[in-house]
Amino acid sequence: MSRTEGKNLRVVLYEGPGSTPLGNEARYEAITSLLENGFEVTRPVAGQEVAPSDNAPLLVLGLLKDPPVLATDSDVHFRNLADVHPLDAAEEIREKTGARTLAAWKPWFPVIDFDRCTNCMQCLTFCLFDVYGVDKQQNITVQNQDNCKTDCPACSRVCPEVAILFPKYGKSPINGDVVREQDIQREAMKVDITTLLGGDLYGSLRTRQREARKRFSTERDESKALLERKRCLGKLKKELDIPEEVLMTLPSAEDIEERTARAKAKLAKRQARSQSVKDSRPSPSVDEWGI
Amino acid sequence: MKILYCNCTYAKIVPTDVKQSVLRQLSDSGRAFDAVADLCDMSARRDPGLKKIADGGCTKIAACYPRAVKWLFHAAGAPLRDKGVTVLNMRDGAAVDIVRELVK
Repeated sequence: MSRTEGKNLRVVLYEGPGSTPLGNEARYEAITSLLENGFEVTRPVAGQEVAPSDNAPLLVLGLLKDPPVLATDSDVHFRNLADVHPLDAAEEIREKTGARTLAAWKPWFPVIDFDRCTNCMQCLTFCLFDVYGVDKQQNITVQNQDNCKTDCPACSRVCPEVAILFPKYGKSPINGDVVREQDIQREAMKVDITTLLGGDLYGSLRTRQREARKRFSTERDESKALLERKRCLGKLKKELDIPEEVLMTLPSAEDIEERTARAKAKLAKRQARSQSVKDSRPSPSVDEWGI
Repeated sequence: MKILYCNCTYAKIVPTDVKQSVLRQLSDSGRAFDAVADLCDMSARRDPGLKKIADGGCTKIAACYPRAVKWLFHAAGAPLRDKGVTVLNMRDGAAVDIVRELVK
């Protein structure tokens, strides 16, 4: 099971008729320990609204005199808090129902602010890990979020509209904070990959690879080449806040060429298809896609 | 009026003291609420629970930046309604203000 598959166990802390209410401290401790271990918690109160059941496994916990009758077709379990600790009960039911366990991951993936996005496809052409794609309406979409490299916000740095968020990121506005005018200007400066790399990213990588090969064949100076690579990676790391491990996994020039060819073929296929259905919206040109 | 609290369990980006203070006061308030371990994690999984929250009536959400919360729900295929949803930001706000707004 991948880290994003499965359902969480929802725990209902029941304190209604047929039960003895929990003390404030006991309730708070139960809720905290359950949340910290990845469970969802609902505290229902008569006459007040909570989220309806979504058919996820459900555990009802409380100081129960008689199990309450609930109108739901969910997989419902009851445990009496007089007999068992809330976390022990939740873990027992989690195992029994195959509900999701607390995954060791940081939910790190780009979230697009479509109020700002202009569908320019800069992120799609920039990301080397195929995180982005286009949907049937040819709008940018996050297609393979599992490919995203934890703590790498580089695509949001190249977005000219500051439309890509990483809610777990520390700094504003990439973390979802309000976008201010100075943010747009600052990000626009960073967008200038030409200044940063002396050409487009793919071209620059290809050139560097060629130069590195040439240097190797003439000078055979391995340490000099490694030093140059380290210098360039350091520059990228600093300017775009890209983690080192991401830089170390950048695809080779051959990979990039192959990927570009694939993207071109996909684009040609899409253009042919949209022509055949007389799509009123024009397909992006090769130039518009930046490939 | 529904209340949703996000514990940001998978990354400690919400100040712990604010988070704990909000949860404690909410827990003691006698109000019904739903608490989730992490909205980002739910969005990544396109958890159907988000749709149940988004589809309901008025909702107050104690989490992080409103822009982030709005688009996290959208990314999960459960867009929040334009009206009747209030997002309270525990990353920047004071616990006392957030709780006052949540339970009023």
